[in-house]
Amino acid sequence: MLIEIRKEPFNAYKEIEIYENNLDITGKYGATASFIGSMRDFNEGREVEKMFLEYYPKMTEKTLNEISAIAKKKYDLIEMLLLHRVGNISIGDHIVLVSVWAAHRKEAFEGCRFIMEELKSSAPFWKKEKTSIGENWVEKNTSDV
Amino acid sequence: MKVTIKYFASLRELMGESSRIINIDEKSSVDDIWQLLKDSKQVEFDNVMATVNMEYVKNNKVLKEGDEVAFFPPVTGG
Repeated sequence: MLIEIRKEPFNAYKEIEIYENNLDITGKYGATASFIGSMRDFNEGREVEKMFLEYYPKMTEKTLNEISAIAKKKYDLIEMLLLHRVGNISIGDHIVLVSVWAAHRKEAFEGCRFIMEELKSSAPFWKKEKTSIGENWVEKNTSDV
Repeated sequence: MKVTIKYFASLRELMGESSRIINIDEKSSVDDIWQLLKDSKQVEFDNVMATVNMEYVKNNKVLKEGDEVAFFPPVTGG
């Protein structure tokens, strides 16, 4: 299990490849599910130019570890990779990556979804957007969409 | 007794500081000190979330010496 806060851009597809290549679980899993969140150039009808992501050092990592531990047990996950960007984010950057490895697709799909939804509702991250009319903190996450 | 207060995101900007140590009365709750802090800055802030020692708590959680109390708006990661 690898959980990291990243201050520099990352390529989620390469991260999955590197992580899986270093795992010693070949033959043990039959399903891998991944979610990649990327930065859009629009939000709630406004054009967004860039974004800043703030977090609560130590608590954010602690929360992500707790969510992952619950998911691992609840969905019988064999492995997982969770990366989340902080700091200055550019359009198109990968913001979050959740990958899980399980024996079957049901556990993989549901485990991946569970981690993302829990992260969205409880992990201490805050987005500040810069639009053509100035900067503003995003007040709420889109729920379950 | 002393506790450390932390603010994040829009609340940090509104309060004009990210962290401070304050003296509070014994048996003060999270809500007690939130009321004191926001009144001292004359700010209004709906939907504040609170943690004590990096755990989400209810507003009536009673604090103890050395606690780290954080106040922040709803989270928006992912």
